[in-house]
Amino acid sequence: MSDSKRVRVVFESRASRIALVLFALGVIALAAAPYWGGRDDLQLLAEIYAYAALASLWNLLAGYAGLVSVGQQAYVGLGAYLLFALAILLGLSPLWALPLAGIISGLVAMPVAGLVFRLRGHYFAIGTWIVAEVFRLAASQVSLLGGGSGTSLPASMIIAIAPSRALRDAVEYWVALALALTILVAIVLLLRSRYGLALKAIRDSEVAARCSGIDVMRTKVLVYIVTACGTAMVGALIFLQRLRISPDAAFSVNDWTAFVIFITVIGGIGRIEGPIIGTIIFFVLRQTLADLGTLYLMMLGLVAIAVMLTAPKGVWGLIAERFGFSVFPLERRVILDDGTARK
Amino acid sequence: MDWINVIIQGVLVGGLYAMFAAGLSLIFGVMRLVNIAHGDLIVLAAYLALVITQTLGIGPLTALLIVVPAMALIGYLLQRILLNRTLGDDLLPPLLVTFGLSVIIQNGLLTVFTADSVKLQAGAIEVDTVRLAEGIYVGVLPLLQFAVAVAVIGGLQFVFYRTALGRAFRATADDPAVAQLMGLDNRHVFALAMALSLAVVAIAGVFLAVRANFDPSQGPARLIFGFEAVIVGGLGSLWGTLAGGLILGVAQAIGAHLNPGWQILAGHIAFLIVLAVRPQGLFPKVRM
Amino acid sequence: MPDPSAAPLLAVRGLDAFYGDIQALFGVSMQVAPGEAVAVIGANGAGKSALLKSIAGLLRAPRDAIVCEGEPIGGMAAFAVAARGIALVPEGRGLFPSLSVEENLMIGGQLKRAGPWSLQRVFELFPVLAERRNLPSTALSGGQQQMVALGRALMANPKLLLCDEISLGLAPIVVRDIYARLPAILAQGTSIILVEQDIVQALKAAQRVYCLQEGRVALEGATKALTREQIAAAYFGV
Repeated sequence: MSDSKRVRVVFESRASRIALVLFALGVIALAAAPYWGGRDDLQLLAEIYAYAALASLWNLLAGYAGLVSVGQQAYVGLGAYLLFALAILLGLSPLWALPLAGIISGLVAMPVAGLVFRLRGHYFAIGTWIVAEVFRLAASQVSLLGGGSGTSLPASMIIAIAPSRALRDAVEYWVALALALTILVAIVLLLRSRYGLALKAIRDSEVAARCSGIDVMRTKVLVYIVTACGTAMVGALIFLQRLRISPDAAFSVNDWTAFVIFITVIGGIGRIEGPIIGTIIFFVLRQTLADLGTLYLMMLGLVAIAVMLTAPKGVWGLIAERFGFSVFPLERRVILDDGTARK
Repeated sequence: MDWINVIIQGVLVGGLYAMFAAGLSLIFGVMRLVNIAHGDLIVLAAYLALVITQTLGIGPLTALLIVVPAMALIGYLLQRILLNRTLGDDLLPPLLVTFGLSVIIQNGLLTVFTADSVKLQAGAIEVDTVRLAEGIYVGVLPLLQFAVAVAVIGGLQFVFYRTALGRAFRATADDPAVAQLMGLDNRHVFALAMALSLAVVAIAGVFLAVRANFDPSQGPARLIFGFEAVIVGGLGSLWGTLAGGLILGVAQAIGAHLNPGWQILAGHIAFLIVLAVRPQGLFPKVRM
Repeated sequence: MPDPSAAPLLAVRGLDAFYGDIQALFGVSMQVAPGEAVAVIGANGAGKSALLKSIAGLLRAPRDAIVCEGEPIGGMAAFAVAARGIALVPEGRGLFPSLSVEENLMIGGQLKRAGPWSLQRVFELFPVLAERRNLPSTALSGGQQQMVALGRALMANPKLLLCDEISLGLAPIVVRDIYARLPAILAQGTSIILVEQDIVQALKAAQRVYCLQEGRVALEGATKALTREQIAAAYFGV
């Protein structure tokens, strides 16, 4: 081991490289969806991307940074309201308003973090929920945006995205796919960076991490702000596609937190692939069982509880344990010159 | 006179919030568990009272004799069968399981009772008022509710500090392993704490149902009010929790008086101010 | 004097015990007769605490490996073991900080087993505690805290008292003071297992001794029959 040139540090393994190639082919096929799919297909796929992105972001927050929030609907709603405000009040094009809504939400998340980070563990969770409620109540006081009953995006704004409806559908679809991929890549890069190592250290032992010079608070606040920014952009996009916003829909705890948590837990919390698998399972179940209404929600809750108690690593955890396999490897592997790999 | 009435109304409602909070505070003190389904269990108790008063034709206060033991039993079984399995160093399982429970209870109530709001009728007592001073009248029912809240907090305080059960609670909270050496079965002690918590929830639920209209979606807001009262009052102090409830009630009453749309928001803002300037709460005590 | 040939109060037979994946005890066997004081000595990590924790139900054990009055109790939950009259004074005392001195004692007696010990008798044994009964247990000196821990265990009226390093961190004069009370406890018919690193005190108080070394019994016998050299050899493994 004295000759350092004979040792390489890599993330990938052969299996993960094959999986990544398959993933890339899948993405290309999905990017071509406007050419092979109908309007309903595009909308469903865009919704799937949105949930995969929201779940990945919540996974980063709860699964990697240990910040269990039940108030991420605060940023879904904030992003959406900012998009509508920037478009309606300032006449900004929705496609420009989208990233701007993310940035402003990230800025808003800073003072919010200052408040909710005073609460620990379980209490942090409920604190984030209160913040979401404050945002919802504040939004319903803004009469320029329709107050409690909400408002619609004016037709001129919709046409500004693209002149024809088909083209508009395609543009919105591509934005949804690009946003979800950007968020996924950003999370993988963040977790592979020194912040990712810090998060892993914090997860293993907060005290030990602090002793080895990691600023635990700073790292957690950073993750909180990044997550808020991403969540807000996804929220803005969801409501851009819906064309209508109201406080109850934009800040819904069921739609933007309950579903997202269930997706992540069922798919596998604390793993990059978990939320993606969870989203696929969630939509398969929804397409087959949605007619059951409230019963469907109860079943989802029961499944999530059962998974948490019997297989806390979720579906992907079971797969990964069985096959020792990962599409987005985060662990460094040391390759020796004789070709053997060590963790 | 106007403002005095507003504050009195706020204080009386605050008693109800203190009852929401006391059960939450109790189980956190004993087993470091925050029950996200707490508010939904309050609403469940309200519906239970509704069904009992309608089928047996008895008044809400008499119904307490059935609702309180029923909710306590539900609490015991819930802890014994489900929640004990979530306790440990990891924060995630108890949060997610109680969150799942919250969704299940809420949607279960929606399935059975629909989203229409209902109210529990208490009869003539609802309109009775007493005169406190010239121009200041308060309802008998809110006054009774407040007196019950103070009695509940006092009762919990007594159980916690003066009885063998309270000693078992405090010992298990201090050191669960050593408590076992004293012959205490942690699973049983935790289940008793949850039973007591849900007994308080039952009382709160019945008063909630008598006071105003309710529907299955109201649970989360009750959880949040209870939680705010706990934090404002200071962790681990039961009388602090009562004070927290009163402060929250008064803040909401003042907000509502200024603008009906500001009622809930004013309560949240009072909470956030306390969190910003005095995060340990107004009357903190490290341990219960 | 207790009769070692009588039916044992407690018998440990071929006990293996584990801390997670690490084996702490390898086939340990020992016996305690009614009314007998037995010392268990050994260096750090020899498995003394693992032995007591296994008996008390804090570590997993095979059912038949631990037998109390003819009944197998291995692997039983700690609260059920306590109900059978086996009380552990844990290492580091393990007092409940939010309980007063008196409350700590009362929680020891919450099983309400019949027997000679009561709040009053414990206060007679340790008069200093009576004066401080209403103080929080954390306000006491180390020696007084150890008295509370002992008193709390006695309140359960145990048949067998397990003492894990009661001399730990205490001044020699305080240790002598505490050991001076043990004959009064034995006189009530209670058996004691003393786990100690302070060999001198333990050997003086006990009739028999087991010396553990790396999880195995290296030496056993009546304290009076063993020489210092034998014990030193078993202790250090030389």
